[in-house]
Amino acid sequence: MTTDRTLFDYLLRLADSDLILAQRLGEWLGHGPVLEEDIAFANVGLDLLGQARMWFAYASEVETRMNGRGRTEDELALLRDGGDFRNLLLVEQPNGNYADTIARQFYFDVWHELLLTRLERSADARIAEIAAKALKEVTYHVERSTDWIIRLGDGTDVSHARMQAAIDVLWPYTGEMFTADATDRALTGDGVACDSESLLAPWRERVGAVLSEATLTLPSAEWMQRGGKQGVHTEHLGHVLAEMQWLQRAYPGAQW
Amino acid sequence: MYAQMVDTGAKRVRSLDELSPEERAFQERIDADIKIEPKDWMPEAYRKTLIRQISQHAHSEIVGMLPEGNWITRAPTLKRKAILMAKVQDEAGHGLYLYCAAETLGVSRDELIADLHSGKAKYSSIFNYPTLTWADIGAIGWLVDGAAIMNQIPLCRCSFGPYSRAMIRVCKEESFHQRQGFDIMIRLCQGTPEQKAMAQDALNRWWWPSLMMFGPPDADSVHSAQSAQWKIKILSNDELRQRFVDQTVPQADFLGITMPDPLLEWNDERGHYDFGPIDWQELFNVVKGNGPCNRERLSARVKAWEDGAWVREAALAYAEKQAAKAAKQAA
Repeated sequence: MTTDRTLFDYLLRLADSDLILAQRLGEWLGHGPVLEEDIAFANVGLDLLGQARMWFAYASEVETRMNGRGRTEDELALLRDGGDFRNLLLVEQPNGNYADTIARQFYFDVWHELLLTRLERSADARIAEIAAKALKEVTYHVERSTDWIIRLGDGTDVSHARMQAAIDVLWPYTGEMFTADATDRALTGDGVACDSESLLAPWRERVGAVLSEATLTLPSAEWMQRGGKQGVHTEHLGHVLAEMQWLQRAYPGAQW
Repeated sequence: MYAQMVDTGAKRVRSLDELSPEERAFQERIDADIKIEPKDWMPEAYRKTLIRQISQHAHSEIVGMLPEGNWITRAPTLKRKAILMAKVQDEAGHGLYLYCAAETLGVSRDELIADLHSGKAKYSSIFNYPTLTWADIGAIGWLVDGAAIMNQIPLCRCSFGPYSRAMIRVCKEESFHQRQGFDIMIRLCQGTPEQKAMAQDALNRWWWPSLMMFGPPDADSVHSAQSAQWKIKILSNDELRQRFVDQTVPQADFLGITMPDPLLEWNDERGHYDFGPIDWQELFNVVKGNGPCNRERLSARVKAWEDGAWVREAALAYAEKQAAKAAKQAA
């Protein structure tokens, strides 16, 4: 059954994945392979950051209902420690080369679009509303990352090798997008969230089709990393947070 | 000013009588405020000067993304992060418009970028200073973008059509940038004593370099006269600098922070602020490559370009394959 506690936890998962990926994309700005790419990735980053802020705003309302006071978006984003972050392990992986960044984005975008398409019909009106708004942006994100997978996969020998390597290395981080834990199950039962496992088949189909057009091979490894949704992260997250949260922590209580 | 000390190739400005019939007709159009368009006849020196000026401006936008990009991952709130990302993105967009405007004069973006990377082309000296604290992001918006607007508003009326139209678009966004910078400064100055000290420190470091953005004094500037004749420079360096000082000092007063200039004083007779002497040696040094961050800025640009080469090559190879497939199908 949906409780405010589980709803809050679920909203943080949505917010945190958007936030951490936006933070990673922000690192690219000014360093992309061509000016148009700086502009495009800034767009995607801004969209994700905007979506994170909408999820945080709703999470804050839910927390107010629970505790009488909900934390602000900045308190949630900038004053929680790593163990309280609920983002997917995938999005905290370093930018690497352009193929790594594109592979991470593509895996995420395809899942994100499927998820939001379901959440658009959530029994929770606020979730449905935010998902509908985000979906418009994410449809474009999928289109863009798909194009790049194909271009780099079917470009030169060098780009093909780099794209395949990135697809393989990040593959084990895709599993947790489709595993359901108690939080997922509680919310799915009420039609608030969607059944994560049911996203796997359409995701594989879509990813497989794109990789095949890109002359790339869908990885076959079965073993998957997990832990992000429960707050057990890779070593990378701590560094992301150290940078992202530094000013708020160095000057407690200051307004910016 | 994002284009400083642009060489016009002229030793002095010639009078109408000394011009060839073509040159004279060209100058008369300019005098009558008729825009020059890319396909119109133009003197070679005009074309070359504009390429230098517009590309220098474009390079400044692109290099200028680096000092501000330095704070995107550390912005103190999510709202500030979103604003800063949007601002740096705007700068990439300005770079694009400007490279496109330069391309109408018969050069390619790749050639211009190669000139930046080899050190042949310059960019504004201001971006060779470091952003050490969050207040520097405020100071850049307030002072650097403020100075840029001061220069670019008149350029909306410049004689070359594509440049003038690019400037109109750029100026709209720059004024938003300037306001967001001032807003950061307001918040810091109304904040804790540490935040206010951060704001004062940023002003101390950015004030003089901002004044240098307008270029050397008019008396030392041969090229300015030719550029003024061609209406690709509308107001002189000293006029713009004075306007900037007059506009900015009351803003600092409002913030409650002080310009690092003991000689700064309102002059009732002139109706302007007097200010202390500028250390031109510093500007010439930074332009020569000896600023605090020249090496880092240029090497960051070169690295991005070189690291991205395989991505650009792949996109090109893919496009060629697709074109070949389409041609085969059509045959």
